Amino acid sequence: MLTLTSPVEIWAHRWPAGRKLALLALATTGLFLLSSPLLLCLAFLATLGLILTGGAAFLETSLRLLRPLWPFLLIVALWHLWTGDLAGGTVVMLRMVTAVALANFVTMTTRLSDMILVFQWLARPLQVFGLSSRRLALAFALVIRFIPVMLDRVGKISESWRARSPGNARWRVLVPATLAALDDADRVAEALRARGGAD
Amino acid sequence: MERNLTHIALFAALIAVLGLVPQISLASGVPITAQSLGIMLCGTVLGARRGALAVLLFLALVAAGLPLLSGGRGGLGVFAGPSVGYLIGFPVAAFVIGWLMERTTLPVGTAATAASVIGGIGVLYVFGISGLAVMLDKTVTEAAYLGMAYLPGDILKAVLAGLVTQSLARMRPASLLSRG
Repeated sequence: MLTLTSPVEIWAHRWPAGRKLALLALATTGLFLLSSPLLLCLAFLATLGLILTGGAAFLETSLRLLRPLWPFLLIVALWHLWTGDLAGGTVVMLRMVTAVALANFVTMTTRLSDMILVFQWLARPLQVFGLSSRRLALAFALVIRFIPVMLDRVGKISESWRARSPGNARWRVLVPATLAALDDADRVAEALRARGGAD
Repeated sequence: MERNLTHIALFAALIAVLGLVPQISLASGVPITAQSLGIMLCGTVLGARRGALAVLLFLALVAAGLPLLSGGRGGLGVFAGPSVGYLIGFPVAAFVIGWLMERTTLPVGTAATAASVIGGIGVLYVFGISGLAVMLDKTVTEAAYLGMAYLPGDILKAVLAGLVTQSLARMRPASLLSRG
Protein backbone atom coordinates (compact mmCIF):
# COMPACT_ATOMS: atom_id res chain seq x y z
CA MET A 1 0.00 0.00 0.00
CA LEU A 2 1.19 3.51 -0.79
CA THR A 3 2.04 5.83 2.05
CA LEU A 4 2.13 9.62 1.89
CA THR A 5 5.91 9.69 2.36
CA SER A 6 7.46 11.58 -0.53
CA PRO A 7 9.64 9.46 -2.84
CA VAL A 8 11.71 12.62 -3.44
CA GLU A 9 14.37 12.41 -0.70
CA ILE A 10 15.11 15.81 0.78
CA TRP A 11 17.22 16.97 3.73
CA ALA A 12 14.30 16.67 6.16
CA HIS A 13 14.06 12.91 5.56
CA ARG A 14 17.31 12.53 7.49
CA TRP A 15 16.01 14.32 10.59
CA PRO A 16 14.78 12.08 13.43
CA ALA A 17 10.99 11.69 13.38
CA GLY A 18 10.63 12.63 17.06
CA ARG A 19 12.37 15.96 16.52
CA LYS A 20 10.17 16.80 13.52
CA LEU A 21 7.00 15.97 15.46
CA ALA A 22 8.07 18.07 18.46
CA LEU A 23 8.88 21.04 16.22
CA LEU A 24 5.57 20.60 14.39
CA ALA A 25 3.66 20.64 17.68
CA LEU A 26 5.44 23.87 18.68
CA ALA A 27 4.91 25.50 15.29
CA THR A 28 1.21 24.60 15.18
CA THR A 29 0.64 25.96 18.68
CA GLY A 30 2.43 29.13 17.61
CA LEU A 31 0.23 29.48 14.53
CA PHE A 32 -2.93 29.31 16.62
CA LEU A 33 -1.59 31.94 19.04
CA LEU A 34 -0.78 34.37 16.23
CA SER A 35 -3.60 36.63 15.12
CA SER A 36 -1.88 39.34 13.09
CA PRO A 37 -2.28 38.93 9.31
CA LEU A 38 1.28 40.16 8.72
CA LEU A 39 2.93 37.58 11.03
CA LEU A 40 0.75 34.80 9.62
CA CYS A 41 1.71 35.87 6.12
CA LEU A 42 5.38 35.60 7.13
CA ALA A 43 4.72 32.14 8.58
CA PHE A 44 3.01 31.13 5.36
CA LEU A 45 5.93 32.37 3.25
CA ALA A 46 8.40 30.57 5.54
CA THR A 47 6.45 27.32 5.11
CA LEU A 48 6.37 27.83 1.36
CA GLY A 49 10.15 28.35 1.42
CA LEU A 50 10.56 25.18 3.47
CA ILE A 51 8.57 23.18 0.90
CA LEU A 52 10.45 24.80 -2.02
CA THR A 53 13.75 23.45 -0.64
CA GLY A 54 12.43 20.06 -1.78
CA GLY A 55 12.20 21.09 -5.41
CA ALA A 56 9.39 21.23 -7.97
CA ALA A 57 8.12 17.64 -7.68
CA PHE A 58 7.95 17.95 -3.89
CA LEU A 59 6.00 21.22 -4.20
CA GLU A 60 3.55 19.59 -6.61
CA THR A 61 2.79 16.75 -4.18
CA SER A 62 2.40 19.26 -1.34
CA LEU A 63 -0.14 21.22 -3.35
CA ARG A 64 -2.03 18.02 -4.24
CA LEU A 65 -2.28 17.15 -0.53
CA LEU A 66 -3.78 20.59 0.15
CA ARG A 67 -6.58 20.04 -2.38
CA PRO A 68 -9.23 18.87 0.17
CA LEU A 69 -8.99 22.33 1.78
CA TRP A 70 -10.40 24.18 -1.25
CA PRO A 71 -14.10 23.92 -0.30
CA PHE A 72 -13.35 25.30 3.16
CA LEU A 73 -11.21 28.12 1.75
CA LEU A 74 -13.97 29.00 -0.68
CA ILE A 75 -16.63 29.07 2.05
CA VAL A 76 -14.46 31.24 4.33
CA ALA A 77 -13.59 33.58 1.45
CA LEU A 78 -17.22 34.03 0.39
CA TRP A 79 -18.36 34.45 3.98
CA HIS A 80 -15.82 37.17 4.73
CA LEU A 81 -16.44 38.96 1.42
CA TRP A 82 -20.09 39.06 2.39
CA THR A 83 -19.53 40.32 5.96
CA GLY A 84 -16.75 42.66 4.85
CA ASP A 85 -14.29 41.41 7.52
CA LEU A 86 -11.41 40.79 5.09
CA ALA A 87 -8.61 40.81 7.69
CA GLY A 88 -10.38 38.14 9.73
CA GLY A 89 -10.85 35.97 6.65
CA THR A 90 -7.20 36.29 5.68
CA VAL A 91 -6.12 35.24 9.17
CA VAL A 92 -8.31 32.12 9.12
CA MET A 93 -7.27 31.09 5.62
CA LEU A 94 -3.54 31.69 6.09
CA ARG A 95 -3.51 29.86 9.40
CA MET A 96 -5.41 26.89 8.00
CA VAL A 97 -3.23 26.49 4.90
CA THR A 98 0.03 26.98 6.82
CA ALA A 99 -0.85 24.54 9.61
CA VAL A 100 -1.96 21.82 7.21
CA ALA A 101 0.98 22.35 4.85
CA LEU A 102 3.48 22.14 7.74
CA ALA A 103 1.89 18.94 9.06
CA ASN A 104 1.91 17.46 5.56
CA PHE A 105 5.58 18.41 5.26
CA VAL A 106 6.39 16.27 8.31
CA THR A 107 4.30 13.38 6.97
CA MET A 108 5.96 13.61 3.55
CA THR A 109 9.46 13.53 4.98
CA THR A 110 8.98 10.74 7.55
CA ARG A 111 8.79 7.04 6.79
CA LEU A 112 5.75 5.16 8.11
CA SER A 113 7.93 2.80 10.17
CA ASP A 114 9.73 5.73 11.87
CA MET A 115 6.43 7.41 12.66
CA ILE A 116 5.04 4.19 14.17
CA LEU A 117 8.19 3.85 16.31
CA VAL A 118 7.57 7.36 17.70
CA PHE A 119 3.93 6.44 18.44
CA GLN A 120 5.07 3.32 20.26
CA TRP A 121 7.48 5.40 22.31
CA LEU A 122 4.69 7.89 23.09
CA ALA A 123 2.40 5.01 24.12
CA ARG A 124 4.90 3.62 26.65
CA PRO A 125 3.07 5.17 29.66
CA LEU A 126 0.04 3.06 28.65
CA GLN A 127 1.93 -0.09 29.65
CA VAL A 128 0.43 0.26 33.13
CA PHE A 129 -2.97 -0.43 31.52
CA GLY A 130 -1.63 -3.58 29.89
CA LEU A 131 -0.90 -2.13 26.45
CA SER A 132 2.60 -3.45 25.84
CA SER A 133 4.52 -1.97 22.91
CA ARG A 134 4.78 -5.49 21.45
CA ARG A 135 1.00 -5.80 21.37
CA LEU A 136 0.72 -2.33 19.82
CA ALA A 137 3.26 -3.22 17.12
CA LEU A 138 1.34 -6.42 16.37
CA ALA A 139 -1.93 -4.45 16.08
CA PHE A 140 -0.37 -1.96 13.62
CA ALA A 141 1.07 -4.81 11.54
CA LEU A 142 -2.26 -6.67 11.48
CA VAL A 143 -4.16 -3.62 10.22
CA ILE A 144 -1.60 -2.87 7.52
CA ARG A 145 -1.65 -6.51 6.38
CA PHE A 146 -5.42 -6.88 6.44
CA ILE A 147 -6.42 -3.72 4.56
CA PRO A 148 -5.37 -5.14 1.14
CA VAL A 149 -6.81 -8.55 2.07
CA MET A 150 -10.18 -7.02 2.93
CA LEU A 151 -10.18 -4.68 -0.08
CA ASP A 152 -9.66 -7.73 -2.26
CA ARG A 153 -12.47 -9.57 -0.48
CA VAL A 154 -14.93 -6.67 -0.86
CA GLY A 155 -14.02 -6.60 -4.56
CA LYS A 156 -14.79 -10.31 -4.86
CA ILE A 157 -18.10 -9.96 -3.00
CA SER A 158 -19.29 -7.21 -5.32
CA GLU A 159 -18.06 -9.16 -8.38
CA SER A 160 -20.06 -12.19 -7.40
CA TRP A 161 -23.06 -9.95 -6.83
CA ARG A 162 -22.69 -8.53 -10.33
CA ALA A 163 -22.46 -12.07 -11.71
CA ARG A 164 -25.91 -12.78 -10.30
CA SER A 165 -27.65 -9.46 -10.86
CA PRO A 166 -27.70 -6.65 -13.42
CA GLY A 167 -26.98 -3.94 -10.83
CA ASN A 168 -24.13 -3.15 -8.46
CA ALA A 169 -23.98 -4.62 -4.98
CA ARG A 170 -23.60 -1.22 -3.27
CA TRP A 171 -24.54 -1.45 0.41
CA ARG A 172 -25.27 -5.18 0.17
CA VAL A 173 -21.54 -5.95 0.48
CA LEU A 174 -21.62 -4.60 4.03
CA VAL A 175 -22.96 -7.67 5.82
CA PRO A 176 -20.68 -10.25 4.12
CA ALA A 177 -17.67 -7.90 4.50
CA THR A 178 -18.27 -7.38 8.22
CA LEU A 179 -18.98 -11.07 8.72
CA ALA A 180 -15.70 -11.93 6.99
CA ALA A 181 -13.84 -9.48 9.25
CA LEU A 182 -15.34 -11.13 12.34
CA ASP A 183 -14.43 -14.63 11.11
CA ASP A 184 -10.91 -13.51 10.17
CA ALA A 185 -10.48 -12.03 13.64
CA ASP A 186 -11.36 -15.36 15.25
CA ARG A 187 -9.03 -17.33 12.97
CA VAL A 188 -6.11 -14.93 13.39
CA ALA A 189 -6.61 -15.08 17.17
CA GLU A 190 -6.40 -18.87 17.07
CA ALA A 191 -3.33 -18.73 14.85
CA LEU A 192 -1.66 -16.27 17.24
CA ARG A 193 -2.45 -18.45 20.26
CA ALA A 194 -1.08 -21.51 18.46
CA ARG A 195 2.17 -19.61 17.88
CA GLY A 196 2.67 -18.64 21.50
CA GLY A 197 0.22 -15.76 22.00
CA ALA A 198 0.41 -12.03 21.53
CA ASP A 199 3.13 -11.44 24.14
CA MET B 1 -6.66 -11.65 24.92
CA GLU B 2 -5.59 -12.48 21.37
CA ARG B 3 -9.24 -12.38 20.37
CA ASN B 4 -9.62 -8.81 21.65
CA LEU B 5 -6.48 -7.75 19.80
CA THR B 6 -7.46 -9.28 16.48
CA HIS B 7 -11.02 -7.93 16.64
CA ILE B 8 -9.71 -4.42 17.30
CA ALA B 9 -7.17 -4.69 14.48
CA LEU B 10 -9.55 -6.22 11.93
CA PHE B 11 -12.23 -3.60 12.61
CA ALA B 12 -9.65 -0.84 12.26
CA ALA B 13 -8.90 -2.35 8.84
CA LEU B 14 -12.65 -2.50 8.11
CA ILE B 15 -13.04 1.25 8.75
CA ALA B 16 -10.20 1.87 6.30
CA VAL B 17 -11.66 -0.46 3.67
CA LEU B 18 -15.13 1.09 3.93
CA GLY B 19 -13.56 4.50 3.26
CA LEU B 20 -11.48 3.27 0.33
CA VAL B 21 -14.01 1.21 -1.60
CA PRO B 22 -15.80 3.40 -4.15
CA GLN B 23 -18.34 0.69 -5.07
CA ILE B 24 -20.18 1.18 -1.80
CA SER B 25 -21.85 4.34 -3.01
CA LEU B 26 -24.81 4.13 -0.69
CA ALA B 27 -27.20 6.09 -2.82
CA SER B 28 -26.45 6.01 -6.52
CA GLY B 29 -24.94 9.23 -7.78
CA VAL B 30 -24.28 10.79 -4.39
CA PRO B 31 -20.74 10.06 -3.24
CA ILE B 32 -21.31 9.13 0.39
CA THR B 33 -18.52 7.01 1.76
CA ALA B 34 -19.17 4.31 4.28
CA GLN B 35 -16.34 5.37 6.57
CA SER B 36 -18.52 6.74 9.37
CA LEU B 37 -20.63 3.61 8.97
CA GLY B 38 -17.46 1.70 9.90
CA ILE B 39 -17.18 3.82 13.07
CA MET B 40 -20.80 2.99 13.93
CA LEU B 41 -20.25 -0.75 13.34
CA CYS B 42 -17.19 -0.68 15.64
CA GLY B 43 -19.47 0.49 18.43
CA THR B 44 -22.47 -1.73 17.69
CA VAL B 45 -20.46 -4.92 17.11
CA LEU B 46 -17.38 -4.60 19.31
CA GLY B 47 -18.85 -2.64 22.23
CA ALA B 48 -17.57 0.48 23.96
CA ARG B 49 -13.94 -0.26 24.87
CA ARG B 50 -12.91 -2.41 21.92
CA GLY B 51 -14.85 -0.21 19.48
CA ALA B 52 -13.13 2.96 20.65
CA LEU B 53 -9.72 1.24 20.59
CA ALA B 54 -10.30 0.05 17.00
CA VAL B 55 -11.08 3.63 15.95
CA LEU B 56 -8.01 4.95 17.80
CA LEU B 57 -5.82 2.36 16.06
CA PHE B 58 -7.24 3.44 12.70
CA LEU B 59 -6.57 7.12 13.49
CA ALA B 60 -3.01 6.32 14.62
CA LEU B 61 -2.31 4.76 11.22
CA VAL B 62 -3.83 7.78 9.46
CA ALA B 63 -1.62 10.09 11.53
CA ALA B 64 1.40 7.89 10.79
CA GLY B 65 0.98 8.66 7.10
CA LEU B 66 -1.42 6.19 5.49
CA PRO B 67 -4.03 7.84 3.21
CA LEU B 68 -6.94 5.89 4.72
CA LEU B 69 -9.54 8.59 5.29
CA SER B 70 -12.28 8.78 2.65
CA GLY B 71 -11.09 10.57 -0.45
CA GLY B 72 -7.55 9.30 0.09
CA ARG B 73 -6.77 11.84 2.80
CA GLY B 74 -4.31 11.11 5.56
CA GLY B 75 -1.12 12.15 7.30
CA LEU B 76 -0.72 14.70 10.05
CA GLY B 77 -2.27 17.42 7.88
CA VAL B 78 -5.83 16.17 8.44
CA PHE B 79 -5.36 16.73 12.17
CA ALA B 80 -4.48 20.37 11.51
CA GLY B 81 -7.39 20.89 9.08
CA PRO B 82 -10.95 22.08 9.65
CA SER B 83 -12.44 18.56 10.01
CA VAL B 84 -10.24 17.66 12.99
CA GLY B 85 -13.28 17.83 15.29
CA TYR B 86 -14.86 14.88 13.49
CA LEU B 87 -11.64 12.87 13.87
CA ILE B 88 -11.53 13.55 17.63
CA GLY B 89 -15.22 12.69 17.81
CA PHE B 90 -14.84 9.32 16.02
CA PRO B 91 -13.49 7.27 18.98
CA VAL B 92 -15.87 9.00 21.39
CA ALA B 93 -18.80 8.22 19.08
CA ALA B 94 -17.77 4.54 18.87
CA PHE B 95 -17.48 4.41 22.67
CA VAL B 96 -20.91 5.97 23.24
CA ILE B 97 -22.54 3.67 20.64
CA GLY B 98 -20.93 0.62 22.25
CA TRP B 99 -21.85 1.79 25.75
CA LEU B 100 -25.49 2.23 24.73
CA MET B 101 -25.53 -1.19 23.01
CA GLU B 102 -24.16 -2.85 26.14
CA ARG B 103 -26.83 -1.35 28.35
CA THR B 104 -30.06 -1.28 26.38
CA THR B 105 -32.51 -4.18 26.32
CA LEU B 106 -34.14 -3.13 23.04
CA PRO B 107 -34.08 -5.58 20.09
CA VAL B 108 -30.63 -5.58 18.45
CA GLY B 109 -31.56 -3.81 15.21
CA THR B 110 -33.51 -1.01 16.89
CA ALA B 111 -30.84 -0.62 19.56
CA ALA B 112 -28.06 -0.40 16.97
CA THR B 113 -29.89 2.21 14.88
CA ALA B 114 -30.80 4.29 17.93
CA ALA B 115 -27.27 4.05 19.36
CA SER B 116 -25.80 5.03 15.97
CA VAL B 117 -28.07 8.08 15.77
CA ILE B 118 -27.18 9.18 19.30
CA GLY B 119 -23.45 8.42 19.11
CA GLY B 120 -22.65 8.60 15.41
CA ILE B 121 -24.70 11.72 14.73
CA GLY B 122 -25.43 13.46 18.07
CA VAL B 123 -22.08 13.04 19.79
CA LEU B 124 -20.01 13.15 16.60
CA TYR B 125 -21.64 16.38 15.43
CA VAL B 126 -20.97 18.11 18.76
CA PHE B 127 -17.25 17.43 18.26
CA GLY B 128 -17.26 18.03 14.51
CA ILE B 129 -19.18 21.28 14.59
CA SER B 130 -17.14 22.62 17.53
CA GLY B 131 -14.02 21.78 15.49
CA LEU B 132 -15.35 23.65 12.45
CA ALA B 133 -16.26 26.64 14.64
CA VAL B 134 -12.77 26.81 16.15
CA MET B 135 -10.80 26.15 12.97
CA LEU B 136 -12.84 28.48 10.73
CA ASP B 137 -13.31 31.09 13.49
CA LYS B 138 -17.10 31.06 13.23
CA THR B 139 -19.85 30.87 15.83
CA VAL B 140 -21.23 27.41 16.64
CA THR B 141 -24.52 28.27 14.92
CA GLU B 142 -22.76 29.25 11.70
CA ALA B 143 -20.62 26.13 11.79
CA ALA B 144 -23.73 24.02 12.42
CA TYR B 145 -25.17 25.05 9.03
CA LEU B 146 -22.03 23.65 7.37
CA GLY B 147 -22.15 20.45 9.37
CA MET B 148 -25.80 19.79 8.56
CA ALA B 149 -24.88 19.06 4.92
CA TYR B 150 -23.92 15.55 6.04
CA LEU B 151 -27.09 14.88 8.03
CA PRO B 152 -29.18 12.99 5.40
CA GLY B 153 -26.28 10.66 4.56
CA ASP B 154 -25.52 10.01 8.20
CA ILE B 155 -29.14 9.13 9.03
CA LEU B 156 -29.05 6.63 6.14
CA LYS B 157 -25.82 5.19 7.55
CA ALA B 158 -27.28 4.85 11.05
CA VAL B 159 -30.20 2.86 9.63
CA LEU B 160 -27.78 0.70 7.63
CA ALA B 161 -25.64 0.14 10.74
CA GLY B 162 -28.77 -1.11 12.49
CA LEU B 163 -29.67 -3.47 9.62
CA VAL B 164 -26.11 -4.83 9.33
CA THR B 165 -25.86 -5.37 13.09
CA GLN B 166 -29.21 -7.16 13.09
CA SER B 167 -28.12 -9.49 10.26
CA LEU B 168 -24.86 -10.25 12.09
CA ALA B 169 -26.79 -11.01 15.27
CA ARG B 170 -28.86 -13.55 13.34
CA MET B 171 -25.95 -15.17 11.51
CA ARG B 172 -23.33 -15.16 14.27
CA PRO B 173 -25.05 -14.48 17.61
CA ALA B 174 -21.80 -15.11 19.48
CA SER B 175 -19.85 -12.62 17.40
CA LEU B 176 -21.77 -9.60 18.66
CA LEU B 177 -19.32 -8.74 21.42
CA SER B 178 -21.30 -5.67 22.45
CA ARG B 179 -24.10 -7.95 23.63
CA GLY B 180 -21.69 -10.54 25.08
